[in-house]
Amino acid sequence: MTALSRPAEGVGSERLNAACEVRVGADLVRVHDVAESLARFGDRYLRRVFTDHEVACCRGEPSVAAAGLAARFAAKEATIKVLRPAGPRPDWRSIEVRRDPEGWCDMRLTGEAARLADTAGMGSVAVSLSHEAGMAAAVVVAVCNK
Amino acid sequence: MSDTQAVDVEIRAILVEHGRLPVDASTLAQDADLYQAGLTSHASVSVMLALEDAFDIEFPERMLKKSTFESVAAIHSALLELTADVAR
Repeated sequence: MTALSRPAEGVGSERLNAACEVRVGADLVRVHDVAESLARFGDRYLRRVFTDHEVACCRGEPSVAAAGLAARFAAKEATIKVLRPAGPRPDWRSIEVRRDPEGWCDMRLTGEAARLADTAGMGSVAVSLSHEAGMAAAVVVAVCNK
Repeated sequence: MSDTQAVDVEIRAILVEHGRLPVDASTLAQDADLYQAGLTSHASVSVMLALEDAFDIEFPERMLKKSTFESVAAIHSALLELTADVAR
């Protein structure tokens, strides 16, 4: 075995595996579906699913707004996959995409979503959003320290 | 048509309009798994909002789980529970 292929001494993978667990969630949403729900249910759809901050981040031309909202819905679903609720799902608004002025995004959890994250020992939840060709996607990664 | 049948007809009409299923929702069995039939998480939101409009109810947070919308029978059961709550 060469030096490069040998595991680093003192940082064995068994010790790391015992200390933490990495959870990954991903989701894909059709932008057209969000645009239709927005047209059909309007503010009631927005109020049930998105926070004021998320809606404020997705103002503007309708197709662009729908793409931003679709990406945020994908992030909420990806986060639920990471949280793994055994019972009722957390309120969609308790899973919020916060956009930094510089452009990147973070997840902010409140209420039942935050409780599930605490129970799993999640320190933070990272997210990446994307939309292209009528589809919006999100990937969420969380490290649980147990 | 009985009230129960009328409710099922309305549920299926909503699934046809908002469920975006690749199969005909009007022909699905009462206990057919709607997620297996292609119901997405986002489509279930539209179905929920359309049910609220049609039956003048609101789904509380405790009922926002996949099992509530997993079949026509499950949706019917949830509606019965909610309309009973309203009647009390």
